[in-house]
Amino acid sequence: MARRVSLFATCLVDQLFPSVGLAVAEVLERLGWTVEFPEGQTCCGQPAFNSGYWDEARQVARHCLQVFREAEYVVVPSGSCAAMVSRHYRELFHKEPEVLAEAEALAGRVWEFSRFLLEVARVEDVGARYDGIVTYHDGCHALRELGIREGPRRLLAHVRGLVLKEMDIAEECCGFGGTFSVKFPEISGAMARTKIASILRTGADTVVSTDSSCLMQLRGALLRAGASVRTLHLAEVLALR
Amino acid sequence: MMRIPHERFERVLAEGVLQEAIYTATGRLMEKRREAVAPEVLPDYQELRAQARRIKEHTLKNLDFYLEQFESQVLARGGRVIWCRDGGEVVDFLTALAREKNARLIVKSKSMTTEEIHLNEQLEERELEPVETDLGEYILQLAGERPYHIVAPALHKTRYDVAEVFSRTLGVEREEVPERQTRIARATLREKFLAADIGLTGANFLVADSGAVVLVENEGNARLTTTIPRIHVAVAGIEKVIPRAQDLAVFLKLLGRSATGQPLTVYTSVLAGPRREGEPDGPDEFYVVLLDNGRTRVLADREKRESLFCIRCGACLNHCPVYRKIGGHNYPWVYSGPIGAILTPQYFGTGHEPWLPFASSLCGACGEVCPVKIDIPKMLLLLRREIAKAVGREGKARWERTAFRLWAWLMARPKLYEFAGMAASALAPEGSQGWLRALPGLLNVGPLRAWLKERDLPAPAPRSLRQRWRVRPRVERT
Repeated sequence: MARRVSLFATCLVDQLFPSVGLAVAEVLERLGWTVEFPEGQTCCGQPAFNSGYWDEARQVARHCLQVFREAEYVVVPSGSCAAMVSRHYRELFHKEPEVLAEAEALAGRVWEFSRFLLEVARVEDVGARYDGIVTYHDGCHALRELGIREGPRRLLAHVRGLVLKEMDIAEECCGFGGTFSVKFPEISGAMARTKIASILRTGADTVVSTDSSCLMQLRGALLRAGASVRTLHLAEVLALR
Repeated sequence: MMRIPHERFERVLAEGVLQEAIYTATGRLMEKRREAVAPEVLPDYQELRAQARRIKEHTLKNLDFYLEQFESQVLARGGRVIWCRDGGEVVDFLTALAREKNARLIVKSKSMTTEEIHLNEQLEERELEPVETDLGEYILQLAGERPYHIVAPALHKTRYDVAEVFSRTLGVEREEVPERQTRIARATLREKFLAADIGLTGANFLVADSGAVVLVENEGNARLTTTIPRIHVAVAGIEKVIPRAQDLAVFLKLLGRSATGQPLTVYTSVLAGPRREGEPDGPDEFYVVLLDNGRTRVLADREKRESLFCIRCGACLNHCPVYRKIGGHNYPWVYSGPIGAILTPQYFGTGHEPWLPFASSLCGACGEVCPVKIDIPKMLLLLRREIAKAVGREGKARWERTAFRLWAWLMARPKLYEFAGMAASALAPEGSQGWLRALPGLLNVGPLRAWLKERDLPAPAPRSLRQRWRVRPRVERT
């Protein structure tokens, strides 16, 4: 019997980085999973939630709950969006018992991509190959809200040809922070430059993370700084062979 | 719209020496803390944090009981407790006390609570002479500045800055060697200690069951402040009380480690009451000023009450990537960094510098290192919600509100959302490998313009994932 997952690609991946969603599907399909893309999906609601617009966030969150109501596993290539659904929906709906029950039910079925591979699919070696020196950026929400630290590194360690070089400040924020990046561009940009300096010190040619939002910030700042370091989502690396 | 002081941020970001100083100093404190709470060194660190939080929760729920117990214990030991609603009442009490005791010179050890009420300026206005005796605070008092950091107040001052301040204000020759600078300060301060009538301190903890004021410090100046002058006055926020002396075991283990990576600070003083018969030192009179100054208002808010758990270790500042860029003086109040970002709006109201809780990437580093487990990111989110509501009521930030309403409406309509994505993709100029360096004037507005100020921008994908999904071949199992 084919095992099924629903891919929640996130709005960012859907609109800006579709190759990340395709890579997630490729990796999972190779492992024998059937991947579905519920067409009703849009966003998890985090931008409004983080900006203080909780009513608007609730509207979007309700929609998201409905889209994934039937799904057994929801795989998200983002620690930040996964944490929004699995942790913050509870805060959004703590006064609405019925929706809260749905949110809690979905919380238990939502999986950040790397965690799904390790804890549900139970695989560390997905048979990928990537010839390059890679440094891994811990996305803050994957790291601190979901406790994802070693998992992605274990997955990368099994990629043939890949050399992992740690940054001295792998766990420091890249400065994205959603609307923070455009409300406080000068601070956000300065944070990105600090992170980039650390990336460059490793001598890596590629920076990998679990979150496309961090990678958007880093890639945008790397290009602006004239640095030739690539950015790849973990799923993109794991899909290569 | 809320006004954000971008020019100030840009100014501090452009100061290379200062940037390096902040980043290095806070980085060193981060490193030391990490070593001091490492599992090999402190295996029960996480349990200690949980325990500290439980004690604070319990105490604040029963604050009236513990404060009254504290007062009766202080009285039983021959001291006095003065209850003050705000800074003005503290000043009134101190002025009256000084007049009654014919005192003028007041030596002070480091206290954020007195900084909070701008006590020095107010005492000076009343012809009293407060002198800071913590080296960092002393430098700042001479320079006429407020603390840059909760624990390391002069973190931003290089030795060259100190040389300039000393030579300008003390009339000494320019001296750039830190050890000799310390000697200069010590010589000046010794005279002050010996001549002072009143020693003024803060309090790290107030112990309810014994009426004790607990002070932690590294320079020994708090000990001199509390033993040489004949009168000791401690000014403490009401949230500083803990139930029992044995609870100190939990907090003292966490405070030094979180602040500076020290298992204990060099001096820990437990002071209860004035000198008793047969004791060699200690003051003749012992007063504890209990200050509210907005704390009961925070206490009344169940959701954000935990903000009062703070023991002022400064770890959240050291670990905050925003503090490490903009420094302490770009926060509106004496409490800077993440804890300042959640305390300031709660004390002054959300209308005061409303940008503050938004100046965070919500990276969560602050909450991760907080020794009493204050969920600072959650507090920031709650404050953002309150501010967005308040701003809306005032009819401000219309553009943002409308944008989020429209966005939410769109996000619940997948077909329209897809169409909007196609429209954006069609409108966007062609970039280099999908990235844009700039946008034409008409599009270079709002958030896009802000983004492009610092970074290149990804162009919308020519076809979204959902569009590609419809035509993608499935991968066979390999």
